[in-house]
Amino acid sequence: MDMVNIKINGMACEVPAGSTILEAAREAGIDIPTLCFLKDINQIGACRMCMVEVKGARSLVAACVYPVNEGMEVFTNTPKVQKSRKMTLELLLSVHDRKCLSCKRSGTCELQKLCNDMGIDDENRFAGAVPAGKKDYSTLHLERDNAKCILCRRCVAACQQQHVAVIGANNRGFDTEIGCAFEQPLSHVACVSCGQCINACPTGALTEKDNTQDVINAINDPDKIVIVQTAPAVRAALGEEFDLPIGTNVEGKMVAALRRLGFDKVFDTDFGADMTIMEEANEFIDRVKNGGKLPIITSCSPGWVKFCEHYYPNLTENLSSCKSPQQMTGALIKTWYAEKEGIDPEKIVSVSIMPCVAKKFEIMRNDEAAAGLPDVDISISTRELARMIKMAHLNFVRLPEEDFDPAMGVSTGAGTIFGATGGVLEAALRTAADVLEGTDHANVEYKEIRGTQGFKEAVYKVAGMDVKVAVVSGLNNANELLSKIEKGEADYHIVEVMCCPGGCVNGGGQPIQPASVRSFTDIKALRAKALYDEDAAKTLRKSHLNPIVHECYEWIGGPPGCHKAHELLHTTYVKRDRF
Amino acid sequence: MYIDFDIMKQSVPCLWVLPEGGTQLENYFPQFFQGGNTMQKRISTIPFTDTPEQHQKLLDLIESLKGRQGAVMPALQGAQEIYGYLPIEVQKEIARGLDVSLEEVYGVSTFYSQFSLTPKGKYNISICLGTACYVKGADKVLDRLIAKLGIHPEECTADGLFSLTACRCIGACGLAPVLTVNEDVYGRLVPEDVDKILAKYTA
Repeated sequence: MDMVNIKINGMACEVPAGSTILEAAREAGIDIPTLCFLKDINQIGACRMCMVEVKGARSLVAACVYPVNEGMEVFTNTPKVQKSRKMTLELLLSVHDRKCLSCKRSGTCELQKLCNDMGIDDENRFAGAVPAGKKDYSTLHLERDNAKCILCRRCVAACQQQHVAVIGANNRGFDTEIGCAFEQPLSHVACVSCGQCINACPTGALTEKDNTQDVINAINDPDKIVIVQTAPAVRAALGEEFDLPIGTNVEGKMVAALRRLGFDKVFDTDFGADMTIMEEANEFIDRVKNGGKLPIITSCSPGWVKFCEHYYPNLTENLSSCKSPQQMTGALIKTWYAEKEGIDPEKIVSVSIMPCVAKKFEIMRNDEAAAGLPDVDISISTRELARMIKMAHLNFVRLPEEDFDPAMGVSTGAGTIFGATGGVLEAALRTAADVLEGTDHANVEYKEIRGTQGFKEAVYKVAGMDVKVAVVSGLNNANELLSKIEKGEADYHIVEVMCCPGGCVNGGGQPIQPASVRSFTDIKALRAKALYDEDAAKTLRKSHLNPIVHECYEWIGGPPGCHKAHELLHTTYVKRDRF
Repeated sequence: MYIDFDIMKQSVPCLWVLPEGGTQLENYFPQFFQGGNTMQKRISTIPFTDTPEQHQKLLDLIESLKGRQGAVMPALQGAQEIYGYLPIEVQKEIARGLDVSLEEVYGVSTFYSQFSLTPKGKYNISICLGTACYVKGADKVLDRLIAKLGIHPEECTADGLFSLTACRCIGACGLAPVLTVNEDVYGRLVPEDVDKILAKYTA
């Protein structure tokens, strides 16, 4: 690697050629403040927070985009720099709704932190006109409050990175606002509800729709039995809300917290994931044998499903008709579990904890009600669960480790790795290989499709057949793959698509890490590692070996893919418009 | 509006006497804040109609721009030449044809002042809100126009007869305040003149 010699605040250092001043300073132990910068997503040098002095330069330069060169002398902490940064913050605050106490992002807001660091006064230095700041509460999954928007464009870039691009900057100058085309509400455009914009937002302008009060009301209703399920990716990230290192698996403490919050039963969505594999592997084998639509594309990710409906309506037949693990678990809670325990399904409130905000949309879809009642009544994100734990003042870190309730709490490693990109396919291959070849394979690790890259492909020999597989995460990659499939340029047999880059571990409902962490740490890899470690430590690692799964199919009274399984565990899709 | 008030007060103290209410921006620049920004885009509520010829022209235009970088701007310019304005139907066609998002097209169309989202009427009334006209009471004339026509700047009457735009200086400061109706120029106006001018075109 070519290196260049520069001086930062008088200290000599050697840094890779081509790096920005921001990266170079970080190496030298100086965190230059940023607001609009989000590595690989938004690098536009717009907010002017990262201004530094460069010897010989005419004016201050933006460190986030300015490359270093040999002999450069940079000053990051001069009075001129400080004055400029303070002024930037004061001007941002002059049009900002400063209701910090009641803001969901208080404590994780990047603007608040910088103002605090820089000693900015709450009193407005530049009192004056404030733009109206439109609010958009139209969707099921998020809320936009432009009075807290600093126009950094991080959400716009995140949306573009997902190939959705339904939000952008409208009008100009003082009137500039982030919104949708023709000022439509977000619910009227082709938003896929992934929530990546929320995770990109440095302030409280974008937040998930908060359903915690619905959950609390249900818990406090003595006539209701509140049953909760938690997705695999939640345990890999929840700890971050309580200052545990990124990638800490907090499964046991999470279960303990849920019991203390008053949930009657705590189940594991991993069980639903095992059920999904049984149905999906069966569907795949069926399509191969009977000449069905190939490639079969996974349907666990509701953001991806909605994307497919909006942007590739001709390919909805390729989607697996399987419900997602959340919906399968919910469906079985209100049918199988209710019957087994003699509970009236009307009395059950089925709650899910998800790394995802699109799940809030998924629970309202048609054909997601096996018992004639919604499979899942309320879906809350990892962040909302953390909020409930904080509201109840549980000392999360000191909670004991507890196990899921056994009825639907036994799961396999195959279900656990659903939370990382490649996991669903790996789980499906483990089962398909065993079932088709009639053996219990000792090697269960399909390493080629692991890792956080957005696009992975491999060929596996299963029962004498070369199975071509592809794994994509992030909708830009999905779009690339889908356009190939649509044009007939790809001949895969199975494709796994996850809406969010890196899969569910990086979902739109996960704890928000500031740009200063996100830009320099591979968060999704750390969280995914927690899941793969859990899988490796389990004795049961294949879905078809889960004893509860067998019990369930005994109750269903038929093999995977039978008529009743279809009624309970499969769904339908619709074709939607792109504009 | 990024203005350092401290600097302004120090350098030109005699010009910048603080108005009552302190350093409120709207006291310095009322024209930006009363009744909303007169330059801001409005979205047409008039139903869109087009002829097969117009539609074909638009499709040909898009075809000629396909695959070119930065095609949105020339597409919008061409489309406005065909239709006179840029309603959602036309913008959707552009977005679909160029394989970009509708929001990208809309964002560009609202950023540049030469793009209009509302149709122009048979008679387009353009009122100058430049400095000379403004101090001579153009705002009062505009108020009268808004009241008489029932539309705001960047809008068109439902019968398609009149549209209203607010412009900056047209170089007739000697006649301030001034407005134009298509090619006709009217100067030294008082609000009451509006009634007579409109009557000429409605007769």
